[in-house]
Amino acid sequence: MTLFIQQVIKGLMLGSVYALLALGYTMVYGIIKLINFAHGDIYMLGAYFGYFFIKVLHLNFFIALILAMAVSAVIGVLIEYIAYRPLRHSPRIAVLISVLGISFLLENGMTYLYGSDQRSFPQAIKTVQYHFYGIQVSNIQLIIAVTSVVLMLLLTYVVKRTKMGRAMRAVSADPDAATLMGININHTISFTFAIGSALAAAGGVLIGLYYNSIDPLMGMTPGLKAFVAAVLGGIGIIPGAAVGGWLIGILETMVQATSFSAYKDAVVYAMLIVILLIKPTGILGKNKREKV
Amino acid sequence: MSALLTVENLNVSYGAIKAVQNVNFTVHDNEIVSLIGANGAGKTTILRTISNLTKPTSGHINFQNQDILGMDSAKIVSSGIAQVPEGRRVFAGMTVQENLQLGAFTRDKGTNLKSEYALIYDQFPILKERRNQDAATLSGGEQQMLAMGRALMAKPKLLLLDEPSMGLAPLFIEKIFDIIKTVNAQGVTVLVIEQNANQALKIADRGYVLESGQITMTGTGAELLASDDVRKAYLGG
Repeated sequence: MTLFIQQVIKGLMLGSVYALLALGYTMVYGIIKLINFAHGDIYMLGAYFGYFFIKVLHLNFFIALILAMAVSAVIGVLIEYIAYRPLRHSPRIAVLISVLGISFLLENGMTYLYGSDQRSFPQAIKTVQYHFYGIQVSNIQLIIAVTSVVLMLLLTYVVKRTKMGRAMRAVSADPDAATLMGININHTISFTFAIGSALAAAGGVLIGLYYNSIDPLMGMTPGLKAFVAAVLGGIGIIPGAAVGGWLIGILETMVQATSFSAYKDAVVYAMLIVILLIKPTGILGKNKREKV
Repeated sequence: MSALLTVENLNVSYGAIKAVQNVNFTVHDNEIVSLIGANGAGKTTILRTISNLTKPTSGHINFQNQDILGMDSAKIVSSGIAQVPEGRRVFAGMTVQENLQLGAFTRDKGTNLKSEYALIYDQFPILKERRNQDAATLSGGEQQMLAMGRALMAKPKLLLLDEPSMGLAPLFIEKIFDIIKTVNAQGVTVLVIEQNANQALKIADRGYVLESGQITMTGTGAELLASDDVRKAYLGG
């Protein structure tokens, strides 16, 4: 039982990071109905920015986290401007290709500039282990969980209560009608990319802190898994991304704890096939009926 | 009476198809103008062009002596043109109140909109009852009222209505046209496009008949209602 709880905690921690990433996928999908396949690379960039701010500029971890989120938000807006906006009215496959191009550019550009070797992420916060009734939790795990939850609550507030959040939901529901309200679609899409990218960067920095290592291809696998999480929760549905992220995190850790640990990634991807076969709208997705 | 909206030599094409050809019309202050025509005559295209959802090939659209063609949609709304689109297009997944709040988007600068909701709720009591409900759960007639309330939240000088009676029960159609008259009496100029020619011409000061993208007839609402051509084509003889 202790082992089980220990794994659930680990899964929730990993899942929080997937959830942060999945939120970006789901928000971007909600607003432009396209998957941002460069999203995992923004997570990678976020980790590198965090590395730079801590290791080179010797900033406090949380300040570095916020700065990495801010810089990545700008990068996300740029990606949208370069790779999506000119193709707004093109077939979806064209956009998909252009975004994959950005993804390769970021991965290989970072490899070219900084090498493909893993770098050790600075130990900005000293690890302390706590023990409760035989269960071990580290302060790093707590920081990851708490930071993720705080960011999710902040996002919920922005989406539900602010003017920009209402604009996002309106554009997502009906872009033409949103335009008739005087909402600027381009600004709203940029804002969505900024928020999604900031969350991905937060995930990258947190993972850097936890695993102590970053590399230019670190975004590929978590990017895909977070995509699965977003689909599992219901793509386009914000709470769904959080639910999906945690479930995928727990699933992966559980499989890892068994003798099938070599299949931990395969199980997550198999999950995608299962959801698409059984409930393509995801756990929180509803089959929409239109009223006339 | 001065002209509030003037459309001059408007041409709109979708690829090779000319949806609107050389259309000219005027809407004066405080009028109700009806643009009637069959499905596919180009009515919706004209309204979409006024709101800058569709780009014309040529022409001019003047609103309050200002060329608004191609103007940013936010500026068009804040200059005083609000549209109730075809099929209501209320925001699903958002509450009635949030839909109204979005109607005031260009004026929503953290100001208190409470008194303005109250005005809309006075006019549409059913919306008040449903204010915390998802807009998608409303009936068609209620959605039409919400779409109108939402447009009125922009405090428009000119209200564009695209097929407000489409798909509604006769009782609701009656109600919607009554509301249009009330809104007009409150000082809002109305341009309504309709397939329901009878109702639309009854409330109209003036009307235009659109056929295959061209205006073929114009006159006061009563004149058009009495016209043989209109009756044959749109009122079932």
